[in-house]
Amino acid sequence: MTPLATALPEHTNDGYVAAAYIVFFAIVLIYVAIMAIRLGRVERKVRELSAQEREHPEGAQKERETV
Amino acid sequence: MRLPGLRALSISTVAAFCVSLSLVFFYAPIEAEEGFLQKIFYLHVPLAIVTLAGFVIGGLMAIAHLRTRDQRWDMRSYVVIHMSLIFGVGVLITGSLWAHASWGHWWVWNEPTLVSFLIIFLLYATYQPLRFAIEDPERQARYASVFAITAGAFVPLNFIAVRLSASYVHPRVLGSTSNLPGSMMLTFLVSLVAMALLFATLCSYELAAKRTRILLKARSRILGFQ
Amino acid sequence: MSDPTDSGKTSPHAAMSRDVHARPGRPVHAPVGTTNKSQAGPGGPSHAPSAMQELDEQHVRADRPVHAQARTLDVVLALLRKELLVELRTLESIPGMSLFAVTTFVVFHFALNQDTVSGQEAAGILWVTLLFAAMLGVNRLFVADADQGGFDGFLLAPVDRTALLIAKAIALLTYLFVLELIAVPAFALLLLGPPLGQALPGLLAPLALGDLGVAAIGTLVAAMVVRTRARDLLGPMLTLPLLVPVVIGCARATAPLLQTVHPGGLQLRWLGTLALYDLVFGLIAYAVFDFLLED
Repeated sequence: MTPLATALPEHTNDGYVAAAYIVFFAIVLIYVAIMAIRLGRVERKVRELSAQEREHPEGAQKERETV
Repeated sequence: MRLPGLRALSISTVAAFCVSLSLVFFYAPIEAEEGFLQKIFYLHVPLAIVTLAGFVIGGLMAIAHLRTRDQRWDMRSYVVIHMSLIFGVGVLITGSLWAHASWGHWWVWNEPTLVSFLIIFLLYATYQPLRFAIEDPERQARYASVFAITAGAFVPLNFIAVRLSASYVHPRVLGSTSNLPGSMMLTFLVSLVAMALLFATLCSYELAAKRTRILLKARSRILGFQ
Repeated sequence: MSDPTDSGKTSPHAAMSRDVHARPGRPVHAPVGTTNKSQAGPGGPSHAPSAMQELDEQHVRADRPVHAQARTLDVVLALLRKELLVELRTLESIPGMSLFAVTTFVVFHFALNQDTVSGQEAAGILWVTLLFAAMLGVNRLFVADADQGGFDGFLLAPVDRTALLIAKAIALLTYLFVLELIAVPAFALLLLGPPLGQALPGLLAPLALGDLGVAAIGTLVAAMVVRTRARDLLGPMLTLPLLVPVVIGCARATAPLLQTVHPGGLQLRWLGTLALYDLVFGLIAYAVFDFLLED
């Protein structure tokens, strides 16, 4: 078992190790953040759709678009 | 993948990372030559392996797409390749950091893994421009699958070719996975599993998001609104 | 590079198709067995009308088995003949590629500020120049087919579609061969230090294997990008990474041959890698090409 305290060597190489792990987690977190933003957009659209659907239940049938 | 699947994946990913990081920083011994810097190995190499596997798996999914003409395979292939590209950025950055700390240069040519990676990355960076340059969705999916298969076959061949070309005068900078003592091997394997789980989780999230967006579009079209 | 065929005159491809279609009708009562040979005349498009006529006839006479597929080899030869004839008439690719190569050698002289190069440097300059000149040929390979309806004409014919891949690849191989006939002596004249004569026999193998790799991958990528929006950009972007192993093999194999002091021999290791790479990608291109032509 190597305690962390004695794990620090002579130079500042641990800075690079930290940087590497930080870069990795930054990439993951940025990705998660982008997903969260997209999710917010989708949720907003769903809310809009449900609102529209509630207001015009018959209108939706008439305005059926051909895809 | 349904929600319970996603939840299970996410939880196991977090658990795996907790275990792996604990192993990396509290269990694995300090390597004799490189010292603490060697710990990057447990991040960089699993990232690289998962990325390369991702590219190859993307190629396999593309084969499935061309055989079954099921658009879902194309979607999975796209997501997997896209995710591997993102992870690939991580590989290049961590590799570069490691090279600079070890050798003082931000880039080294005598590390065959890193060099092949650069070539593969440059190739797959053309995947999305190729896709978006084709408007017809069916043709886009087909051509993307052809690309994914060709590039997926290229990955192992490229590795062999670059490894052959590397000069053996300089020792490998970033170390190999052979001759690892037991404790390091264990830590490495656990890190690899954690990274693979992370990849799978993020891909599943991406696929779920895409499917939801498609459903939403279909819904809004049916209801007559855009 | 201005394209002589785009000046508003009818393209050679369309002209050839018209010539062939205007030919007096082939005998449609000939039995199926001999039709293949008689159909293997000049010009790919000649397959389409006579084969269609055959099929129509055979629908009427249902007693005869319907088998109008021409032999792939005949199709390949017909397509190849068309390609080479068009290239001879229009001279689109080869002069451009060769001129580009020679000019690049001149540029290298000024960029490196050297009178002669040898060894690995020479090998590198030669191969990079050949590669980039090949890109020009690759870019133009399917352009005429895409722009002038050649794809549609070919797809209508009841022939094996990979014949197009093989024919185009052989055509590209021919262009590369002619390119090297011009570029390699030019290189020896302008930049190469050691005399070419002693290196030449050894050079043939890397040149041949490298050409095969460029032909296989170049044709596949050209087919992939020709009907996309940014085909001139995507073509090289896709081809160059895929050709890095070929460059590695060829440049490393050629380097010892071009050394001034103690020129070495060919190393089997590089030739082996090149051959393996060519084989694998040739097979892959053969397997996936069909999917590119479906519409």
